[in-house]
Amino acid sequence: MTSTRTAFERARAEDRAALIGYLPAGYPSVDGSIRAMRTMVEAGCDAIEIGLPYSDPVMDGPTIQAAAQAALDGGVRTADVIRVVEEVAATGVPTLVMTYWNPVERYGVERFAADLARAGGAGLITPDITPDYGAEWIAAADEHDLDKVFLVAPSSTDERIAMTAAESRGFVYAAAVMGVTGARDATSDLAGPLVRRVRAAGDVPVAVGIGVSNGDQAAEVAGFADGVIVGSAFVRCLLDHEGDEAAGLEALRSLTADLAEGVRRAR
Amino acid sequence: MSQQIQQPATSAIRYEADERGYFGDTWGGRFMPEALVAALDELTDAWREAMADESFVGTFERVLRDYAGTPSRLYHAERLSDLVGARVLLKREDLNHTGAHKIRNVLGQALLTKRMGKTRVIAETGAGQHGVASATAAAWFDLDCTVYMGAVDTRRQALNVARMQLLGAKVVPVESGSATLKDAINEALRDWVASVDHTAYLFGTAAGPHPFPSMVRDFCRGIGDEARAQCLEQYGVLPDAVAACVGGGSNAIGLFTAFLEDEGVEIHGFEPGGDGVETGRHAATIHAGEAGVLHGARTYVLQDDDGQTVESHSISAGLDYPGVGPQHSWLAAAGRATYTPVTDAQAMEAMALLSRTEGIIPAIESAHAIAGALDVAKRLGEEKGPDATVIINLSGRGDKDMGTAIEWFGLGDADLGPEADLEQVEADVASDHDTEAQQ
Repeated sequence: MTSTRTAFERARAEDRAALIGYLPAGYPSVDGSIRAMRTMVEAGCDAIEIGLPYSDPVMDGPTIQAAAQAALDGGVRTADVIRVVEEVAATGVPTLVMTYWNPVERYGVERFAADLARAGGAGLITPDITPDYGAEWIAAADEHDLDKVFLVAPSSTDERIAMTAAESRGFVYAAAVMGVTGARDATSDLAGPLVRRVRAAGDVPVAVGIGVSNGDQAAEVAGFADGVIVGSAFVRCLLDHEGDEAAGLEALRSLTADLAEGVRRAR
Repeated sequence: MSQQIQQPATSAIRYEADERGYFGDTWGGRFMPEALVAALDELTDAWREAMADESFVGTFERVLRDYAGTPSRLYHAERLSDLVGARVLLKREDLNHTGAHKIRNVLGQALLTKRMGKTRVIAETGAGQHGVASATAAAWFDLDCTVYMGAVDTRRQALNVARMQLLGAKVVPVESGSATLKDAINEALRDWVASVDHTAYLFGTAAGPHPFPSMVRDFCRGIGDEARAQCLEQYGVLPDAVAACVGGGSNAIGLFTAFLEDEGVEIHGFEPGGDGVETGRHAATIHAGEAGVLHGARTYVLQDDDGQTVESHSISAGLDYPGVGPQHSWLAAAGRATYTPVTDAQAMEAMALLSRTEGIIPAIESAHAIAGALDVAKRLGEEKGPDATVIINLSGRGDKDMGTAIEWFGLGDADLGPEADLEQVEADVASDHDTEAQQ
């Protein structure tokens, strides 16, 4: 497997930020989601986050909710997500799973870590597990040499940021708006200070999720962060072209290219 | 995950959560987005300080007494007692202001909100009872109030929507997921992530992330503290059993807490059995669910093999929840309390029975407790004689459920068929309860 850290190192060597793209597994279908993510890799994503659809996604806004719910309605299973990881990781790009906790606990934490590692996955992003309640996952991730990506928020205390940076491997996910996922017109002025606080706490890369949906916003975030995370805008490409896979993939390709140009423009 | 039952040195701490919100080292906790952790820490500190502050506790008690009407009566239901051969005592939470135990929780949380200097409250609601209580407290404390309610439930409970609106709250129908209580909680959490600097989340039950299970219990525990003192004062004995319905479980933990250390007192929770646990259409989370994480706590959850939450079913919207408060999971795992499903049909029969014998129309939620507890009372009566005493939490009144009752019993017109069935309720009780609710 490839740690996400390698993507950040490569980007840093090119004096730019990394572009990290998110899509849920199983939308519009399991195979369709594999093709979509491979398209994003081809068009310039440096790492892929594969969402594991969950019935109660409290951190997600309407766009990701809609796609994840459609994936669940389509019958996607945890085992399918592992297969998507395998197919996407085969491109050589670091591939993470982003999941709420209960599906992992239900699958078996150790078993999930083992299967994820075997599939070539880089690690896990855990939006509803903080390090202080994540002992079981931390142990399993360490055992299988997986990235542990925890989140920080503008509301995090310095003490918690230090703890999170110390426990994270791969990168720290800075959720830089107080709110659920979703594309936003303006980037937040909370992001810069948050990134600086994480940097002060350790040398782990910091990627920012803030509702970026175009190259200009990506360039702005790339000006101060190690990575730019884009989710809802990619999902929107597929939702807007439901039933027309070619058009959906073309939209993904075009958005990825715009964003990839953006993360290279900043410095 | 270890589910081994730990045995702390003294029973006094055995049923309490630790600093991190774990009951029995396993249940509860705080599985939440980092964005909310600061707010949950702030709330935990504020709650602990408030509960140690005599002026806060005094104000809370005064508001409960003067505004909500507590202590609620512990009422000897004599005709019901005669039917089962034991002393049946009803804790009349249905007589509180707004008609349910829920007012205790919201007054406590709203008072804490004021103390913390926040100006807005949000709440989720299933049947609408917690929403109405929250809207009431918000009106009384002059707080802005938004209530999230599943779109399915806003249609089922239009009267409560109107009550909330009249009280000045904004009601937001939630269309996502299954459009019921669990989705209303999701949507309220989404609101809270974006509004946490000035907004308090008045969580409606003793579930969710730490500190809610412990905090909501503390605000509701007056139910049991009062009942225990009333029983001792009125009858000179502790009850042989206490009983309550369990959805999320706030009324139940509110009753049970006072009796946890009274090892001789049986503790019974009655879960919504829906069409019957064997049909899969139920909300009997402890009886039929498995350990998992839902809404920030490890607890029993109705879930499929992939850990996706399964939709629950109950005739009672207030019990229709696929999770349960983590302390109940711990009490069940530790063997201190027993949780038994009661079907829709058994609950509706008990609703009619209480109406006909005592002139009290209970909430369908509470009717689950009546149905299950009468079996317990009958058994205890046989074992210990007619002085055997059972306290049942009559957690709410049934006005809100008349639409369901009209449909279920065929009331409201001149059709005498269902009427005849109802007449049988009393006559049948002795034999029915032998066979129907023993599960």
